[in-house]
Amino acid sequence: MTSTRQILAVQALELRKRFLGKRAIPVYLLALIPLVLFAGRLVVLRVFHVDHNESITHDRVIYAALFRTLILRFVVYFGCVAIFVPLFRGDILDRSLHYYFLVPMKRQTLTLAKYLSGLLAALVLFNGVTLVTWMLLYLTHGTSALVERLVSGQGLFELAGYLLVTSLACIGYGAVFLAAGVFFKNPIVPAVAILGWESINALLPPVLKKISVIHYLESLCPVSIPQDSGIAILADPASPWVAIPGILLLAALLVYVAAWRVKRLEILYGVE
Amino acid sequence: MIVFDNVSKFYGEVLGVNRVTLTITPGVTSLVGPNGSGKTTLMNLMTGLLRPSRGRITVAGTPVDHPEALCRKVGYCTQYDAFPPGLTGYEFVHLTLGLHGFGSAECRERTSRAIAKVGLTDAAGRRVAGYSKGMRQRIRLAQAIAHDPQVVVLDEPLNGLDPMARAETIALFRQLGDEGRYVVLSSHILHEVDLISDRVILVHHGYIVAEGAIAGVRDEIDDEHPMQVLVRCDRPSFVASRIFELDSAVEIKIHEDKRGLLVQTRDADKFYLLLNRLVMEHDLDLEAVAPADEDVQAVYRYLIEKDGPVS
Repeated sequence: MTSTRQILAVQALELRKRFLGKRAIPVYLLALIPLVLFAGRLVVLRVFHVDHNESITHDRVIYAALFRTLILRFVVYFGCVAIFVPLFRGDILDRSLHYYFLVPMKRQTLTLAKYLSGLLAALVLFNGVTLVTWMLLYLTHGTSALVERLVSGQGLFELAGYLLVTSLACIGYGAVFLAAGVFFKNPIVPAVAILGWESINALLPPVLKKISVIHYLESLCPVSIPQDSGIAILADPASPWVAIPGILLLAALLVYVAAWRVKRLEILYGVE
Repeated sequence: MIVFDNVSKFYGEVLGVNRVTLTITPGVTSLVGPNGSGKTTLMNLMTGLLRPSRGRITVAGTPVDHPEALCRKVGYCTQYDAFPPGLTGYEFVHLTLGLHGFGSAECRERTSRAIAKVGLTDAAGRRVAGYSKGMRQRIRLAQAIAHDPQVVVLDEPLNGLDPMARAETIALFRQLGDEGRYVVLSSHILHEVDLISDRVILVHHGYIVAEGAIAGVRDEIDDEHPMQVLVRCDRPSFVASRIFELDSAVEIKIHEDKRGLLVQTRDADKFYLLLNRLVMEHDLDLEAVAPADEDVQAVYRYLIEKDGPVS
């Protein structure tokens, strides 16, 4: 009971920081990029009555490509950097981490509570982005197209697929950047290194491809991209039975490693 | 008791504290030393914010590497003047109590009580960012004592307080000490340490150079530094001549106004006996007798600085 209350108290404090603190601004700006892009497209097509001859099928492929590149690889990736790295590193820079270390709570519990608060913020924001951009896509074909898509099982399944991938991205990248924030004084270096690794994923041999988060995320995307689209496509997708537990296991392992490090962390603000 | 058993702490190759063996009993204990002497390191070690490089520390029987048990017993007001952003004073104390696991009603009650203790009730609803330095100091003190800890550790707790708040805070420390709690504080304002403390621990370059009640520490260094006593009376020359008859008298200075003298003696007891006799037998008009160097400042200078106390 006490532990639950403590975890909820960490959530209350952290969510306040994640949504209202100055460090929330870059996250909001990132989230706005796809929203502005899709909303702008809708305004141009619907308000200014620009001819839109593309089929829904074509737009679904465009969305699939944008989801992989813009939303997953850019917005969610850097959003997770901005949300999860400061969970501990930000408190060290603000010289306020000791307030957490001076409460009767195991450091492992604290790490988990902080991770969950970051995850909650990331899930709300980025699933919101996915949901709104997906709806904006269909709205360009009219409200009836969106409603029709939503009431048909296929449309809901597609949307649920994107939301699942977004959620798993938050879980996976969140754990990666929680650990990065705990182990590295300057987490930009690992963030760029991981981004580089994830970006060249399509060019890597099959064995190395599997050592990345994006490989499993793209395997789960509900709409595949045709071979002739010009976009690097997944040659050897992982089955959902491997991809989902794989990401969850990776996240659990990284949170455990981060907790191990936090248990040994000392308050040395002067040298940070 | 708070026990340091042969504790050393190194920051890489830099010494924090070295081979500290120390037992702190309930009451008010002051850590005294210049900046960088190791006071904050000792406090961070006893609250688990730092891990010792060597040795073992227990606080009221609890090893310091078990925060889930230790932090129920310990409240620490650090020197870090930082707060989670955007909070009012009330929210700050309330949220940190929530982190301790108290229920909502208990958090509210404890928050109000702690804020009242530090005299910030009227300002509790204002954002901490708008507080003066003294108010921030007091709200951190409220946060440190709100969970009613057995051990209260305070790093330079009087910094930034105005004289009124200072007096109230000192009274609060005394009250906590009198309740049988461990109050461990650091200060460089030595006359305040004298007022507050039951005992002092003098720290220099990471070593404990002396510990105990201030008078006791002073007694231990009598041989090197004779005790100084200031006497105000009507016949200082007569008193001086009689004091010189004692073997233990080292030096006597008559004050310019011819109404007092400063005596240096290696045996304070003999000196006081003689003074009593002079009053009784020679009808000496004695205005005041006071040790001139029995305060922490003098003891600290004797132990750490080359020059003796300013008389």
